Amino acid sequence: MSIEKQVDSGRRGLLVATCAAGGVAGLATAGALVSTFQPSERAKAAGAPVEVDISALKPGEMQTTEWRGKPVWILKRTQEMMDSLKKTEDKVADPKSEKPYTMAMPEYCDKQTRSRKEHSDILVTVGICSHLGCSPSSKFQSGAQPSLPDDWNGGFLCPCHGSTFDLAGRVYKNKPAPQNLDVPPHMFLSETKIIIGKDEKGEA
Amino acid sequence: MAFVEKKLPADAPVVDKALNWVDSRFPLTKLWNDQWGKYYAPKNFNFWYIFGSLAMLVLVIQIVTGIFLVMHYKPDANLAFASVEYIMRDVPWGWLVRYMHSTGASAFFIVVYLHMTRAFLYGSYRKPRELIWLFGFAIFLCLMAEAFFGYLLPWGQMSYWGAQVIVNLFGAIPFIGPDLSLWIRGDYVVSDATLNRFFSFHVIAIPLVLLGLVAAHLIALHEVGSNNPDGIEIKDNIGPDGHPVDGVPSHPYYTFHDIFGVTVFLTIFSAVVFFAPEMGGYFLEYNNFIPADSLKTPSHIAPTWYFTPFYSILRATTSEFLFVVQAGVVAYVALIWLTTKLPQLLKIAIAAIALVAIAGMMPGALDAKFWGVVLFGGSVMILALLPWLDVSPVKSIRYRPDWHKYVYIVFGIAFVALGYLGVQAPSPIGERVSQVCAVIYFGFFMLMPWWSAMGTFKPVPKRVTFAAH
Repeated sequence: MSIEKQVDSGRRGLLVATCAAGGVAGLATAGALVSTFQPSERAKAAGAPVEVDISALKPGEMQTTEWRGKPVWILKRTQEMMDSLKKTEDKVADPKSEKPYTMAMPEYCDKQTRSRKEHSDILVTVGICSHLGCSPSSKFQSGAQPSLPDDWNGGFLCPCHGSTFDLAGRVYKNKPAPQNLDVPPHMFLSETKIIIGKDEKGEA
Repeated sequence: MAFVEKKLPADAPVVDKALNWVDSRFPLTKLWNDQWGKYYAPKNFNFWYIFGSLAMLVLVIQIVTGIFLVMHYKPDANLAFASVEYIMRDVPWGWLVRYMHSTGASAFFIVVYLHMTRAFLYGSYRKPRELIWLFGFAIFLCLMAEAFFGYLLPWGQMSYWGAQVIVNLFGAIPFIGPDLSLWIRGDYVVSDATLNRFFSFHVIAIPLVLLGLVAAHLIALHEVGSNNPDGIEIKDNIGPDGHPVDGVPSHPYYTFHDIFGVTVFLTIFSAVVFFAPEMGGYFLEYNNFIPADSLKTPSHIAPTWYFTPFYSILRATTSEFLFVVQAGVVAYVALIWLTTKLPQLLKIAIAAIALVAIAGMMPGALDAKFWGVVLFGGSVMILALLPWLDVSPVKSIRYRPDWHKYVYIVFGIAFVALGYLGVQAPSPIGERVSQVCAVIYFGFFMLMPWWSAMGTFKPVPKRVTFAAH
């Protein structure tokens, strides 16, 4: 007599149903555990816009502020620095910022200076490299120096994997970083006060 | 079957009676004999065979010191850095426990890399030891995870930015990447949530898996028996006593052999713990003595030394290098088509996969960052395939053609060079050298099915090479 003949098909059916029900409960529990990994409600709630006073910022200087836990750079560029952007135009990978990293560049920003037209010298950018999230260091001095090309025009160098950015935060060609630095929504509350994470359209 | 307990004479020693009582209820003596006491190991082991035992010792050191560190450490982004300093300065002997743990981490990788080198040299991963190798490979992955998760806990600059970089690696995966890194971090940046979950993984989840894998590794080893420097099976030559003629029981022979190795190891280990716990910035990186600052990346960031060979491969993958990879893929598929007798369908499938990969590497398709992560992951995962890539008719390097030794030396140099370059700041020359080394690294493995069978092999002896001493 074969094994099949001995099987009580009613009981076998119940066994399968029990296993299926148990499996569903197990999967649901696993799903709940996996979900605990998501950002908590508290983490989601943190992220309000920040106001920055730039009255002390001199041309050629940069100040760093924290927005959503990330460094945001505010760089007041000199005329010489602004001119360098024309020279880097054909050396950068994405001169028009068509491939955004985590946020599209606000459309009120100029493609080349990547700043608001009424304050084109002020660059506001998230100081997080689009490669693996390190914060690049400032290399404003132009000319040859370690880790940088000899015709360096000033910009930023990521210490982790050597990606370089020009003074508008645009990434150079053939570097590990695929995209330009993010320009967050921002607007000027007065000549010396900027709000980051909020513009005329509302909060980001 | 009814329960039968062996009867010992009434005047038997109490110890014997107690052991008999246990053995009737739990296979204690049997376990000891199977796993060590009467486990017959080849008698021709050389010094390469010490690293398995040493890995076990370091595992114990890590678990014991780890238990005591957890008693004083605080997994909280605001308190973590200070609690490590507290262990170092205020907890009696806390500095010693922490230095043992931090030195143990590097020692673990030194020992495991040497253990793996031994397997490379003597073909210890070959049939019938494939599963031993796979369990060992999984242990290696667990160790990497342990090291990575543990490195965040001191919450220094290197902890923070190292975690940032590695978590963002997952962000390179198309479509799901950014959400995946968010899910791993539990926040939009590396934060308290990340620290807490890494702590949980480091102290409980991974160690549990690790212990299970170590048990599986040893059970598999003691089932099929150890390989040896000659790469011949001692079980093919059984003596009248039912044991391999070229084998000796692990106890007492290898017990004492290993105790000697342990004393040498502990001498070196203690010297490092007491005199050079930072090891010039390689075991404990100087930037990690600065508390984590989410606004500033240290000017020179590198992973700890044991990750750097793989990390260099990641760094070497630039959009330029992808053309080399594309050419390599084309050449590899051509090689498979022209020289192998694989079924036509499989060949077509391989060509199709290669075509997709080549298209994905085109400028404007998937970027170099994604392929960097693929090659980085691939450089680790390819180790798992070793038992099936090596088709040499002999296991041990001793009986391979002499030029095979040079192949291994070139591979070894490339691996060490990748490791060295990974701790250095990025430079144009370093990038080129690491690209060459990356090609050698992958070439060594991918071409192994061809080169490992080539050349004139030497005759393999029937008995192990052994001179009594």
